[in-house]
Amino acid sequence: MAGDAATAEQIESIRAGLGLDRPIVVQFGLWMQKILSGDLGESFYFRIKVATLIGQRLEPTFALATLTILLAVLVSIPLGVIAAWRFGGWFDRALMGFSVLGFSIPVFVLAYLLIWLVSLKLGWFPVQGYRRLAEGFFPFLHHLVLPAVTLSVIYIALIARVTRASVLEALGEDYIRTARAKGLPELRVLVRHALANAAVPIATVIGIGIAILIGGVVVTESVYAIPGLGRLTVDAVLARDFPTIQGVILFFSFIYVLVNLLIDLSYVFLDPRIRY
Amino acid sequence: MLWRNWSVRIGGAALVLLLLVSILAPWLGTVDPTLFDAGSRDLRPGAAGEIMTLEGEVLKHTFVMGSDSFGRDIYSRVLYGTRVSLVVGIAAALLSVAFGVVLGLSAGYIRWLDGPLMRVMDGIMAIPAILIAIAVVALWRASLPTVIVAIAIPEIPRVTRLVRALVLSIREEPYVEAAVALGTPTPKIMFGHILPNTIAPLLVQGTYICAFSILLEAILSFLGVGLPPDIPTWGNIMAEGRVQFVAYPHNVFFPGIFLAVTVLAVNILGDGLRDTLDPKMAKRV
Repeated sequence: MAGDAATAEQIESIRAGLGLDRPIVVQFGLWMQKILSGDLGESFYFRIKVATLIGQRLEPTFALATLTILLAVLVSIPLGVIAAWRFGGWFDRALMGFSVLGFSIPVFVLAYLLIWLVSLKLGWFPVQGYRRLAEGFFPFLHHLVLPAVTLSVIYIALIARVTRASVLEALGEDYIRTARAKGLPELRVLVRHALANAAVPIATVIGIGIAILIGGVVVTESVYAIPGLGRLTVDAVLARDFPTIQGVILFFSFIYVLVNLLIDLSYVFLDPRIRY
Repeated sequence: MLWRNWSVRIGGAALVLLLLVSILAPWLGTVDPTLFDAGSRDLRPGAAGEIMTLEGEVLKHTFVMGSDSFGRDIYSRVLYGTRVSLVVGIAAALLSVAFGVVLGLSAGYIRWLDGPLMRVMDGIMAIPAILIAIAVVALWRASLPTVIVAIAIPEIPRVTRLVRALVLSIREEPYVEAAVALGTPTPKIMFGHILPNTIAPLLVQGTYICAFSILLEAILSFLGVGLPPDIPTWGNIMAEGRVQFVAYPHNVFFPGIFLAVTVLAVNILGDGLRDTLDPKMAKRV
């Protein structure tokens, strides 16, 4: 930070300026005091407020995460329901196989596989990069599809597995037999009766999966050169920029807890028997 | 009994094979994975070239998986990388299970400790695993022990919660009540009566932790925050290869395939163990 030719006095003055010469307990106390008043401190490396820095990097990460969750939910829930409906059949087994595979293929290996196949060989999507929403919706989406598909695979594996298990359990209940006996169409039995009763565990796993998603964001943004919060985390660690590392981790954890709180609250709508 | 399950057979066999590869790496036609030769840079898989040893001796060598931009043999680096991955995976799993067992037994058996301890665990679980690992490595600088600890820390709460839940149900069993009635000392009940009954679920959980740890180590190395780049790990090989990915995709794909197969093998083994050892859990998931 001071350069290689810094004198001992210069280093000392920077340490004092950053408050690093004080005892750890005092540093922690001051940090907590600032956090509680909404101040995340100033980045050692970028020389701007950490809160501003996070604000600047929020859009790409938010866009990527939203598209990924949307994609994952739209694909995995139907897959899980069909697998439970045809329990033990070829579709069910294929989905379970895919699910184990999805858990095991590292995000970055998958990312490079997709880049190689879809971008380099087929030329459908750009290899890397990000366009802001302000630059037009189509280029924005065009750059975001491949990262979102990459990231959604593990999420699909997770949600599909839980959807299958909880729909399977619901299908064994008496009200399903009643619904079928009164002649309801199979689709309505599956969606209105089985899936609706399986909704709480599915919502829960979507919330827990946010942790995996955040981890995946860090890797995916690095591979696809997306200037978001995940990329910022890695850059901050490499630059040993501790206020930024603290700020980003705090921010991610806050989002994770907040999403899970919202999901807990959504149980009231998903299952009228639950009251808080 | 275990061996009759196909998942255990396939996963176990693949792991034994990988273990053999990691131990026998020096005799499998490899060279020193840190050797580089300016004359053998960026070779395609299967190309013949030469590589100079530290003693200045020039060896004829076939680069089965090509070479990287320093002229290092990818095949040798990938095989030696198996060692790092397996060591990290197994060590992180053992470490987190060991801590989790002690904490979980304490929380489940010592009433006043339960509340505070589990709130701390909840706090750790609120931070995504990768971020904890990255933060710990950033704090201590990366070496093999710090990377193992960094990967083990976020897994400890999961083991603790599992052990605590098991303890809370096992302590109500008649044989524990009988032991209490006979005046058996608490440590003996904890380690002699309760712990043995948690081993099956812990083995399953430990296997999954092992798979995740191997993955996480590769991610850390790949991002450049893991082990130093000269150590041959799969993540490091891929990090080095990604710069030239468009021209030489094999530098990313060969370690990537090894990584995916290893994690898959451990996960399949875990599923098999769960199905045979823990039939109650198998029905649920």
